[in-house]
Amino acid sequence: MHFDELIGHLGQHTVDGLSKGAIYALIALGYTLVYGVLRLINFAHSEVFMVGTFAVLGVWTAFGVQNNPPVGQAVLFLVLGLVAAAVASGGTALAIERIAYRPLRRKNAPPLIFLITAIGLSLVLVEVFGLLLPDTVGGALPDLFGRPRQIVGMPTIIKQETVIQIGNTGITNIQVIVFASAVVMMAILDWFINRTRYGRGVRAVAQNPETAALMGVNQERVIMLIFVLGGIMAGAAALLWSMRFGFTQNSIGFVLGLKAFTAAVLGGIGNLRGALVGGLFLGLVEVYGATLFASNWEDVIAFVVLIVVLMFRPTGLLGESLGRARA
Amino acid sequence: MIDKIRTADRRRLSLLTSVGDRFRALPKWQQAAAFLAFVAFLYYLPLLGVPGLTWLRTDSIAGGNNWAGVLFVCAIYVLVAIGLNVVVGLAGLLDLGYIGFFAVGAYSVALFGSVNSPVVKWIQQKFDLPPTWAVTWAICLLLAIVLTMIFGVLLGWPTLRLRGDYLAIVTLGFGEIIRIVARNATSITNGNQGISAIPGPEGAPSADNEVFGLIDAKPWYWLAITAVLLMVFAVRRLEHSRVGRAWLAVREDEDAAAVMGVYPFKFKLWAFAIGAALGGLSGFLFASRNAFIDPTQFNANLSILFVAMVVVGGSGNMIGVSLGAVLLAYLPERFREVADYRWLAFGLAMVLVMILRPQGLVPSRRRARELSDRAAEAEEVPARV
Repeated sequence: MHFDELIGHLGQHTVDGLSKGAIYALIALGYTLVYGVLRLINFAHSEVFMVGTFAVLGVWTAFGVQNNPPVGQAVLFLVLGLVAAAVASGGTALAIERIAYRPLRRKNAPPLIFLITAIGLSLVLVEVFGLLLPDTVGGALPDLFGRPRQIVGMPTIIKQETVIQIGNTGITNIQVIVFASAVVMMAILDWFINRTRYGRGVRAVAQNPETAALMGVNQERVIMLIFVLGGIMAGAAALLWSMRFGFTQNSIGFVLGLKAFTAAVLGGIGNLRGALVGGLFLGLVEVYGATLFASNWEDVIAFVVLIVVLMFRPTGLLGESLGRARA
Repeated sequence: MIDKIRTADRRRLSLLTSVGDRFRALPKWQQAAAFLAFVAFLYYLPLLGVPGLTWLRTDSIAGGNNWAGVLFVCAIYVLVAIGLNVVVGLAGLLDLGYIGFFAVGAYSVALFGSVNSPVVKWIQQKFDLPPTWAVTWAICLLLAIVLTMIFGVLLGWPTLRLRGDYLAIVTLGFGEIIRIVARNATSITNGNQGISAIPGPEGAPSADNEVFGLIDAKPWYWLAITAVLLMVFAVRRLEHSRVGRAWLAVREDEDAAAVMGVYPFKFKLWAFAIGAALGGLSGFLFASRNAFIDPTQFNANLSILFVAMVVVGGSGNMIGVSLGAVLLAYLPERFREVADYRWLAFGLAMVLVMILRPQGLVPSRRRARELSDRAAEAEEVPARV
């Protein structure tokens, strides 16, 4: 136990945890949106994120991005990356809905079956994107999911440097960008769901599908909309990930998706603001826990926290349901 | 294309049911004779030399693995499938962390039975025992089963009150926790170095062992298939007992079951514990045949594979899940070309089978009826357009 280290650098660990949690939160939104409306876990959402990172990689490779470009170019590449990732991830999410979920929804299959097709589809995606990568000859990430492949690096778009220094707490420019853009994306989504006509449709279907249909809400369109929205958020997360960590691999989605889902459940699945709270909370818990014990216990801490929270608050920190959010 | 697959599948299924019906219509003694012949065939399999069937053997292709060894793995997977079937198929709880129980079973024989394990060394020091001392294999077997049952209850107690889909993720996390603990707790499990010299029925692996040696896998296969047959029998009895009916009721409608006086939590916990014990047993056999284990052998991939074999085979039906297990363990060994793409193939199979036939390849009759009921209900609700 390293209490001294944790207390001594509490500010630094908090900053690290928040910037880590911001990415979890963005991915968690995809789980939460789908769960809020359809009451099912979109297990394949982790792969939506993975496809996003590949889109970023593809665009940057196509434009021949070099390390540390000038600021003007860097912004351009980031925007291009964001567009590519959003389109790819949104498209993937929509395809998943069409292929894996719609036929089952017609049959009114039990939730377990949805989960199995989702797992199957995410295996397919992982493997198909794995074909793009060279085989491992050792030294790669362990094969958590599917066949092991090498990781590919990406160019550094923004050079990491400390921009704000408070006491012994340094905040890097990347952390600021990650956190700020995650919060902005989430604010936009929150506004979209709570203030616009389409958002009202989403909330209506989440609350009561039959009544919503009677009131003229096109349920299929709402379902497509939430998958695309979740996909766009995952695409944004993919861009932030690529900017911050600078690598991708076909199986990165697995652990990250698991964490993001944990975040969604922690905050109260189906609750948009809960995803933000849960993501940041999980990021903090992980960084604090890794400091207290050792960094290789990080994942254990995350899952233990999930189990403990679910024991005492089975509906998460902020409670469930997109539908019950104020109309 | 899809329609063609659908009709072919329907024809295959009606063939399957008619074979089943005809078998059930046979006199009792003929059924028993057929069953005995089948069991005898299972025991004969590693020696398989009938002309025309030898192409089944995995060593009939260049670079193929030892046939009896592959059969042993198939038997272990069947055992896993039967255990997971209790949880997923009978009680309807999706457990994505089954590998955790498999690992606990494997580690309990490794930690207590091997002279190389830190636990055994610690006990030797503490009680002044000779350096060759370790817990006997047979006692390890009991330990493995008891420990995994305890782990099943430990995991089930807090999580089984959760709704089904939460449970899936929490169990997935549990499987990962077990693997990471095995990797990180170096002072107990040797971490990534793993534990060697895991004993078999004849004690620690050595060249002097007459039956259960390292090279000849046939005795191991016979041991495993015996365990499978015993467990099939036991689970079958359980399925048709009060407990089995309670699981069924809980799976179909938890609230209705509770109203009828079946306490869902209790029976779910039982299913978890029994499933866990079966997983532990298979892990135990796996470890003692392998004589060496390390944490990389228990990653989340395998958990998904286990669920895939149960669901693709036909959850709730022991013949189905066994078929699923054998297919998923055997095909990549016999057809080496596909081994590289097997995860892709598993993924595709899972999606296709679930969309076309949610009840699995060899469905349980009851399960099939439940699903068609649900589909019919869906058609009655006109609002869902």
